[in-house]
Amino acid sequence: MDCACTRRSFMKGGALALLGMGSVPRFLVRTAYAQGTVPRPKILIAVFQRGAVDGLSMVVPHGDPSYYTSRGSIAVARPGAGSAEATVDLDGFFGLHPAMAPLKPVWDNRHLAIVHACGSPDTTRSHFDAQDYMETGTPGVKSTQDGWLARGLQAVHAAPASPFRAVAMGSQLPRVLRGDVGAVAIGTVADFDVKQDMGRMGAGTVNARRGFESLYEQGVQDILHGTGRETFDAVKMLKSANPQRFAPENGAQYPRGKLGENLKQIAQLIKADVGLEVAFADMGGWDTHANQGNEKGQLALRLTEFSQSLAALYRDLGDRMQDVVILTMSEFGRTVRENGNRGTDHGHATAMLVLGGPVKGGRMAGRWPGLAREQLYEGRDLAVTTDFRNLFAEVASRHLGVPAAAPLFPGFAANPAKYPGVLV
Amino acid sequence: MRARAVSLALITVTVLGGAACSNAPLSQQGPAPAVRTSAPEPPPAVRVTLPKSPLSQDQQITHTLNRLGYGPRPGDVERVLQMGLARWIERQLEPGRIPDDRVEVALQAFPTLTMPVPELVRAYAEPDQKILAKLRSGQMSQEEMRAMAPPEKRPFRIAAELQAAKLTRAVLSERQLEEVMTDFWFNHFNVDARKGAVKWMVADYERTAIRPHALGKFRDLLLATAHHPAMLFYLDNWMSTKADLVPVFGPNRGRKRGLNENYAREIMELHTLGVDGGYTQEDVIEVARAFTGWTIDRPREQGTFQFQPVAHDNGAKRVLGHVLPAYGGEQDGVKVIDILSRHPSTAKFVATKLTRRFVSDEPPPALVERAAKTFRDTDGDIRMVVVTIITSPEFFSAEAYRAKIKTPLEIVASSVRAVDADVQAPGAPGSQQPGGGLALAQQVNKLGEPLYQQQPPTGYPDVAEAWVNTGALLNRMNFALGLTANRVPGVRVDLSRAVGSADRRKPEQVLDALLRSVLQGQVTSQTRSVLAAQLDDPEVTRATRDDRGPADTDVEKLAALVLGSPEFQRR
Repeated sequence: MDCACTRRSFMKGGALALLGMGSVPRFLVRTAYAQGTVPRPKILIAVFQRGAVDGLSMVVPHGDPSYYTSRGSIAVARPGAGSAEATVDLDGFFGLHPAMAPLKPVWDNRHLAIVHACGSPDTTRSHFDAQDYMETGTPGVKSTQDGWLARGLQAVHAAPASPFRAVAMGSQLPRVLRGDVGAVAIGTVADFDVKQDMGRMGAGTVNARRGFESLYEQGVQDILHGTGRETFDAVKMLKSANPQRFAPENGAQYPRGKLGENLKQIAQLIKADVGLEVAFADMGGWDTHANQGNEKGQLALRLTEFSQSLAALYRDLGDRMQDVVILTMSEFGRTVRENGNRGTDHGHATAMLVLGGPVKGGRMAGRWPGLAREQLYEGRDLAVTTDFRNLFAEVASRHLGVPAAAPLFPGFAANPAKYPGVLV
Repeated sequence: MRARAVSLALITVTVLGGAACSNAPLSQQGPAPAVRTSAPEPPPAVRVTLPKSPLSQDQQITHTLNRLGYGPRPGDVERVLQMGLARWIERQLEPGRIPDDRVEVALQAFPTLTMPVPELVRAYAEPDQKILAKLRSGQMSQEEMRAMAPPEKRPFRIAAELQAAKLTRAVLSERQLEEVMTDFWFNHFNVDARKGAVKWMVADYERTAIRPHALGKFRDLLLATAHHPAMLFYLDNWMSTKADLVPVFGPNRGRKRGLNENYAREIMELHTLGVDGGYTQEDVIEVARAFTGWTIDRPREQGTFQFQPVAHDNGAKRVLGHVLPAYGGEQDGVKVIDILSRHPSTAKFVATKLTRRFVSDEPPPALVERAAKTFRDTDGDIRMVVVTIITSPEFFSAEAYRAKIKTPLEIVASSVRAVDADVQAPGAPGSQQPGGGLALAQQVNKLGEPLYQQQPPTGYPDVAEAWVNTGALLNRMNFALGLTANRVPGVRVDLSRAVGSADRRKPEQVLDALLRSVLQGQVTSQTRSVLAAQLDDPEVTRATRDDRGPADTDVEKLAALVLGSPEFQRR
């Protein structure tokens, strides 16, 4: 089964090789992290805004004269002194949507950088094509099977490998983490076990787990047995780590909703030292073709949940943010002009956020192309000035340490001179 | 049935008189457009002869029941043995002749399956955006929301009933191959029920565009999907017009429209030629031009196919070397369908996908070539391509046996069939009893395959790597535990059917009976010994009476272990 054997020949080299190859249960890996015998890994948390967020409402170019003339009812009000219902000014030209105010302190701490006018060189306005291209990292090529995060992680020699190196919150592995890295899809951390009672841990749980474990213990080189063995390693490791014991710290309050819940669990996995290197979560509801709203309304509600979730994660992790970068992405932006239904249609470039200790923050990165009609892409969309691959490549190489020669973006030579410069 | 040494040349085709009838319901959307294909001709009977196989007779039957359907129920192997495997396959190739009363009755619980699109739009309207905004901002409670827009009358109910129907059919239907083929083609011509107006069209799409052609001619299937408003909406063709069209009336009046290449690209990349099938970006544009004007009459009111001459590009086109003269009108698209459905790359692409579905993740090249030849020789007769594949030595080879990992739909349906569970119908509208079909669909969703809700046009993958990961495997084990413990609502398992006359006080007997009924006794010695070792566990075999009842074998847990075993994950 392709490279399944490679990725499953765990314990190859690295610190734990001392303990004897192959026979060490991987839950012992955790002890190594916890005791500091293995350096704690750098962590990347990727958050996908599925459905194409309106970057011009999320990060408002209030200083661009064309912004207010292009957008009648959905423009977000200019920054007004003391008003909570207007753009939160950042640098005199750009500002955050008022619903994004929870992220202003992160900006002030210089832990938030924003890359505006970022996007794909491919011109598709199809959600699924654009999402696919952003996850495989190959704009315009549909035959790519694996994701760029999986390829990137595969190129970083992590020793020892943890079953929780790459985690996606949800029941399916997203395309971005498909590949030989052996990523785990987790619905909820609490449910990650064999359960005699669906939803409740019953007396028979241990027993049923032992039964299944024995069934999958056979040493056959086979995708089921390999994954089965990994599964029970992971279950045991998670049990010994018991991430649920970690309550949010530093007064962090995650909002209700899926993203908040998912980010809270990612924070728990980080604090439990299970060897997490890449975590992925997504949030939908950004496809605002009608009744988008301005300072209030549909989009404002989504942005509230989004920014409160990110701000809570930042607070919750506290000092651990020194090793963490949060990267947000969306497949494309939306039209500059408001449409006939007080909404926006599928456009081109959007804004992406980079948060974390290693971030060169409190600043806008990239180049602003302008909103005057002649500055727009095809006369209608914010033009792309930063290829998303240059942003992602900067994060992957400077933060995760993915070597330059790694096939992160096949057919594309990432150029450090073109990196937006979001990391210290 | 005896395995006989035969070559494929021995497959004989006999055309019977018009005795067979198609059970496919007719479209209820008024008169069909002129080019829309009518219900297919009564299918000819196909006689099949099976090749020599290294597999035992029981293995051949189990293999066939697993590949051409959703797995054996207790007693199925014996029934097929009595009828003869070749005869069983012949019957499956003509689903219209197989009575399927249980399914017909069960599906009556799902009224949206047969309602015309305009009626669905009215009866299952989207809740007002203002109501939703009030709900989100807390100005309105869930209860008030329910009163104004009852959940059983919202659009998602349509997809939910379709999901429930799919599980109901997979578990109950006698027309197993038709179910497999309908699922295969829906996936091949995927649409996402969550995208815009597709939610009201998706049931009609499966019923009128996919199912009637699932074993018919590929060209008819391609044309039916191309015409269907669900596909027109999903891949945006309904919005595609000739360059710089400025409508003078309608909601988009005064706003420049133009070409949308989405459908044109996918019909070649995913539906016919394949990504390396030999087309260029120029072909994409020309095909898109050919399909301009193929649109939908008011998607959120009427939702039927409409050709709009004013939006059509009247210039001449050149597609894959074929010239379409100017002013071809609606026929431009039909001609493209003819060109694509008869292209050798299409034969190869479809043959590869079908071989991957029926034989193995790595389709044997020689078989793919023979299947593609059948496709070319029969002008895309899907039934004959399937016959070529499922009567091949490759299909009945030792390498193919249990070589496929079950998808979530396959694991759920085959588990329910293996323990012969009852799938209950939903209660009256508004009742709290959602029915077993819906609960099973939710399990499939939890295992990673939300039915009719796959966003990418590629549909779901059909290879093991896509479905095997640690989280998914745990969910499969937990589903097995929940099913056998009767914790899936609306699904009742009575394991005495699977265990038969085995004495519950004798755990070895119970285990043997379970291995026979669930795995047809075809189990590795390792799995057998691991399971036997479990019998010493006091939790599995209770020697003395406790508060759960008299001493006996914990059949539920043992059955869950068998359903969760590596063997049962494969088909």
